[in-house]
Amino acid sequence: MNPSWIWLTIALPFIGFLVNGALALAKPEAKRVVAIVGPGVLLAAFAVAVGIFAGLWGNPPDQPLVFPLWAWIGAGGLEINLALQVDQLSLVMLLVVTGVGSLIHIFSVGYMVADPGFARFFAYLNLFMVFMLILILGSSLPVLFVGWEGVGLCSYLLIGFWYQEKANADAGKKAFIVNRIGDFGALVAMFILFWSLGTLEFAEIATLAPTTLAVGGATVTAATLFLFLGCAGKSAQIPLYVWLPDAMAGPTPVSALIHAATMVTAGVYLVARTSVLFAMAPLSSAVVAGVGALTAIFAATIGLRQYDIKKVLAYSTVSQLGYMFLGVGSAAYTAGVFHLVTHAFFKALLFLGSGSVIHAMHHAYHATHSHDDAQDIRNMGGLKRYLPTTFILMLLATLAIAGIPPFSGFFSKDEILASAFGRGAEHPIYYLFWALGAAAALLTAFYMMRMMAMTFWGENRTGATEREHLHEAPMVMTGPLIVLGVLSVIGGVINLPAFWPTPPHHGLERWLEPVLAPAARLMPVQIPHGATEYALIGAAILIAVVGLVAGYRTTLAKPITAAQQAPEEVGFAKVLFHKYYIDELYHSLIVRPLVGISRFVLWRFVDQGVIDGAGVNGSAGLMKSLGWLGTRLQSGQLGFYVIVFLVGAVWLLHSVIR
Amino acid sequence: MNELLTSIGYNNWILPVLLVVPTAGALVVGLLKAEAAKRVALAVTVIELVLSLGLWVSVDTSSGTMELVRAYRWIPQWGITFALGIDGISLMMVLLTTLLMPLCVLGSFNYITKREPGYYALLLVLTTGMLGVFVAIDMFLFYVFWEVMLIPMYFLIGIWGGKNRLYASLKFFIYTMAGSLLMLVAILAMVRGAAVATGTVSFSYFHLLANAGAPGLVAIAPWLFLAFFLAFAIKVPMFPFHTWLPDAHVEAPTAGSVILASVLLKMGTYGFLRFAIPFFPSVAYSELVQGVVVSLAVIGIVYGALVAMVQPDIKKLVAYSSVSHLGFAMLGIWAATVQGVQGALMVMIGHGFSTGALFFLIGMIYERRHTREIAAFGGIARVVPIFSLILTVVALASIGLPGLNGFIGEFLVLVGSFKTYPIATGIATTGVIFAAAYLLWALQRIIFNRLDKPENETIPDLTVRELVVLAPLLIGIVWMGLYPKPILDKMEPAAKRYIEMARPGQPVEGVTITARAEGAR
Repeated sequence: MNPSWIWLTIALPFIGFLVNGALALAKPEAKRVVAIVGPGVLLAAFAVAVGIFAGLWGNPPDQPLVFPLWAWIGAGGLEINLALQVDQLSLVMLLVVTGVGSLIHIFSVGYMVADPGFARFFAYLNLFMVFMLILILGSSLPVLFVGWEGVGLCSYLLIGFWYQEKANADAGKKAFIVNRIGDFGALVAMFILFWSLGTLEFAEIATLAPTTLAVGGATVTAATLFLFLGCAGKSAQIPLYVWLPDAMAGPTPVSALIHAATMVTAGVYLVARTSVLFAMAPLSSAVVAGVGALTAIFAATIGLRQYDIKKVLAYSTVSQLGYMFLGVGSAAYTAGVFHLVTHAFFKALLFLGSGSVIHAMHHAYHATHSHDDAQDIRNMGGLKRYLPTTFILMLLATLAIAGIPPFSGFFSKDEILASAFGRGAEHPIYYLFWALGAAAALLTAFYMMRMMAMTFWGENRTGATEREHLHEAPMVMTGPLIVLGVLSVIGGVINLPAFWPTPPHHGLERWLEPVLAPAARLMPVQIPHGATEYALIGAAILIAVVGLVAGYRTTLAKPITAAQQAPEEVGFAKVLFHKYYIDELYHSLIVRPLVGISRFVLWRFVDQGVIDGAGVNGSAGLMKSLGWLGTRLQSGQLGFYVIVFLVGAVWLLHSVIR
Repeated sequence: MNELLTSIGYNNWILPVLLVVPTAGALVVGLLKAEAAKRVALAVTVIELVLSLGLWVSVDTSSGTMELVRAYRWIPQWGITFALGIDGISLMMVLLTTLLMPLCVLGSFNYITKREPGYYALLLVLTTGMLGVFVAIDMFLFYVFWEVMLIPMYFLIGIWGGKNRLYASLKFFIYTMAGSLLMLVAILAMVRGAAVATGTVSFSYFHLLANAGAPGLVAIAPWLFLAFFLAFAIKVPMFPFHTWLPDAHVEAPTAGSVILASVLLKMGTYGFLRFAIPFFPSVAYSELVQGVVVSLAVIGIVYGALVAMVQPDIKKLVAYSSVSHLGFAMLGIWAATVQGVQGALMVMIGHGFSTGALFFLIGMIYERRHTREIAAFGGIARVVPIFSLILTVVALASIGLPGLNGFIGEFLVLVGSFKTYPIATGIATTGVIFAAAYLLWALQRIIFNRLDKPENETIPDLTVRELVVLAPLLIGIVWMGLYPKPILDKMEPAAKRYIEMARPGQPVEGVTITARAEGAR
C-alpha cells in the first residue's frame, strides 16, 4: 500500500469517534453498533498500517516520507504544516499502537458491555487513538504536540470516566495538570529550538542541529533538558510520576492502552525522535539515564508493598518506563524502543489479565452484594483454579517482565542494562545507573511474583459464597489475551542479540538504522563484548530467578489475611505502603500553599484590599470627603462668608504690598 | 465575488453604512413593542453581519496600511473630519464584532424581560460605537466613538444587571472615564504640537502619526504616552487596573458580559497597537517602559490565573481568566516580532470566541438555576450532557488545547516573545499550567463529581435557540484551531507594518540563527 494513505489510519478512528460520540448523546443503548464500530475502525487502521509496512518492507526509505495535509500556522519565519511523517520509527510505533490498540478495543467490548456509558467509552477510546496517531506521525514538534496534548485530554476523560466518584474526577484532573507541568518544558524547548535552528520539523532538526549547534553547548543542553521535562510528565518519571498510579481510577482497558502500552511511552518516543539533539548533549543524556534509573528503582520499591492489583502494575509501569529512559539516556535508542515494544505486549497483557481477574471478582461480589474491594489481592488467592487461562497468560507475562530468557522482556531489558554498563567505561556515573537498574530488576521479579502468588496461589480468600461465582472471562476477552501472550513470549525475536544462536539478529536495530544513524555518529552505543557480556547476562538471569523464587516463597510463607482483617502496616513497610508520602508532601508543600496564597494573599488582600479597597474605593472616598468639605463651606451663614472674605482680602493685600 | 462587490461600489460606502445601520436600527427599535423590537434588532444585526462579510474579500490587506480610506467633512474649523479606514487588524476586529452582535441579540431573547425596546436599541448603539473605534482614523472621531460606547454599556449594566448593578456600572464608568479623559488631553496636546510644527490644525491619525516626533512634543512624549497608556491599560485590563472587570462582568446581563469580554477589552490592546506605541515608539521601548509593561503583562498572566482559581463565582472566575489571557496579548504586542504580534491578535480573536461562549453558557445555566456559585452545582454532566460537552470544549479552548483556537494565539505569543524577553516568556509559559488548574477544577465542580443536590436533577438541557447561539462560536473555535492560516495571512502585513513603526530600523522578518555564535563543530 502506498504510504500516502497514512492519513487513513487517523481518519478511521476519527470516524469511529464521530459515530460513537453521536450514539453516546442520542442513542446510548445501541451497544451492538458501538461494539462493531469501535474495534472495527481500529482493526481497519491496523490493516492500513500493515499494508503500508509491507509496502516499505522491501525498500525502506532512507529519508522520512512527509505528507503535508494543509498549511496550519504561518507567522513570519514560522511555517508549520499539518504534515504526517512515515519513517522506520513511526512505522514501528504505528504497528504497536494500532495492533495493541485493536486488541484492547476488542477486549473492552467484553469488559465494558454492562456499563451504561458504553458508547461514550468507545468514543473516548477512538478519539484517543486519533491523537496517539497524530503524536507518532506528526512531522514536527508542534504537530506532535497536538497529539501529545490530545492524548492527555483523552486520558483525563477516561481516568474520570466514572466521574460521579469525586476520587476519579480528581485523578483525571491531577493527570492533566501534572502533565501540563511537563508541557511547559516541551513548549520552552520548542521556543529555544525555533530561535536557534529556525525550524521545528524533525527532519530539518536532524540535519541542521549537528551543523548549527555546538556539541555539549548551552543551547542544545537547555533544549533537551526542557524537552525531557515534557517527557517526564507524559511518561511518569521523577518528579512528575505521581499522576500515573492515581490514573488507575479509569476502567482497566484504559490502564492497559493509555497508561501502559501507548501514551505513557510517548516520552521515550520523543527522545528517540529527537535523538540527534540528545546525542549532542551528554549532560542531558546523563540526566535522562539517571532519572530513568532512579525512577526504575524508586517505583519498584513502592510496588513491593501495594495491595491493589492495578497499583502494583502501575508502579511497575513507572519503573519499566524508567528502564526505557535509562536506555535512551545511554544512547541505546534502539534498546529503548525495543523495550517500549516488548513492554507494550507484556504490560498490556498484565493489565488486561488483571481486568479479567477484577471482572471475575466484581461479578462474585456483585452476586453476593458484598462491598469488599474487588481489586485487593489480599481478597484473592488460589484464583488459578477459577481463571486458568488468565493465570497461564499472566504467568508468561510475569516471566517476560522479570527477564527470564527467552521471553521478550529478557532481550530488551538486557540490552538496556548492557548499554548502560558499556557507557560506564567512558562516564563512570553510568556504572551507578546500571547498578540501580540491576537492583530494580531484582525488585521487579520479586513484586511481580508476590502479586501473582497472592492472586493465583494459596488459599482463596474471596469468601465462601462469593467463591461459587468466580469464573473465567468470555472469549472476547481471553482472545486478545492469548494474542498478547504469544507476543510476550516471542516478541524478542524482533531484535535478537548477536550471542543468540539463531537469526535474525539485530532486526530492529537494522530497521531503525536510517533514523538513528545521525545520533549514533555523535554518540555511539557501547555494548560490552566477550566475557563481560556473558557475565552481565548471567548476572541478569540470576537476579531474575532469585527475585521470582524469593517473591514466591516469602509471600506464601505465612497465611495472608483478607483486606478487611489485615493488620496495619508498620515500619518501613508502612512508608512504602504510603508511597513515601510523596503525594502528601506535594499536597502540603505545593497545592495547599498555592491555593491559600491565591485566596488569602492575592485575592482577598492584594485584589480586594489594596487595589480595590485602598486604591479604587479609597480614591473614590477621598473625592467624596473633598466634596463633603465643599458642601460644608457653603453653609449659607453670612457671618462665615464675611470672615472668609476678610481673611482672603488681608492675605491678598499682604501679598500685593510685599 | 470581488467583481460583484466592485460593481455595486461596495468599497465606497461600506464603512459609513456599517456605522449608520445599527444606529438607524436603534431609532426604529426604540419605538417598537417588545416582541417586534427583538425581531427587528435581530434583523438589523444579521444585515450588519452580511454587509460586513464582503470586507473579507474586498479589502486588500496585503499593503499593511489603511484601505478604503474616506474622509467626510465634519468640523473643518478644527481640522476634524469623519475619517474612516480599515487594515487587516481592524478588519478582524470589525468581523468579530459583527459576528457576535446577532448572537448577543438572539441570546437575550428569553432572558431580558423588562424594557426590551430600550435594551435592544442600546445594543445597536453600542455596535456603532464599537465598530467606530475600530475604523476611525481621525483622533477626535476615535475619541467620540470611544466615549459613545461607554454610555450604552453603562445603562446595560445599570438597568438590566444583577443585584449590585449600580456600584458596578458606576465603577465601570468612572474607571474608564478617568483613563479616557487623560487620553483626550494627550490628543489635544498632540494636535497643538503638530500644528505648531507644520502650521496645519488636524486631528487626522496620519497627520499626528507623522508629527508625533515634532520638537514641541518630544519633551512631553513620556507624559503623552502615559495618558494613552492609562486609557488603554484600564480597558485591557492590565494588572493592577483590572478590578472594575470582575464587578462589571458579574453584574452585567449575559450579552453585556459577552460584549465586554469579546470586544470591549480588545479595544485596549487595539489602542496600543494602533495609537500608543506607533505614536511614541521611543517611549514605549525605553528600558523603563519595557520593563514595567512586560512585568505587568507577566504578572497579569500568572496573577489572573491564580486569583481565577479561587473564585467561588463562575463569572468572576472567567473575568480573572480574561486578565490572564489579555496578559498574553500585551506580552506579544510588546515583543514586536511577527509571531508575537500575530499571536497577540490571535489571542484577541480567540479570546473573543471562547470567552464569549463561556459567558453565554454561564448565562444559560444561570437562567435555569439562578445562581452562579460553583458550589451550587456538581455532577450535572448526567442531566445536561450537551451543555456539559460544549462547556468542556470551550473550557479546553480557553486552556489552550492544540487543535482549538486558544492554542494558536498563546503559542505564537510565546514563541515570538521568547526572542525578545526570554525570562519573562518562561514565566508566562507557566500560565498554561495554571489555566489548566483553574478551568479543570471549576469544570469538575460543575459537571463532574456526585450529583448531590436535588434541585440540579431536573435542569433541562440546552434548547435549539441556545444551540444556534453557540454553534457559530464553536465552529469558529474549531476552525481557528485547525486552520488559522487565512486569518493570519490577512493580518500579517498589518502586523509587520506595526513592527516597523514600533521598532524602526530593526529587521522585521525571519529568524536569526543566534546559536551559530557558539561555533559549530
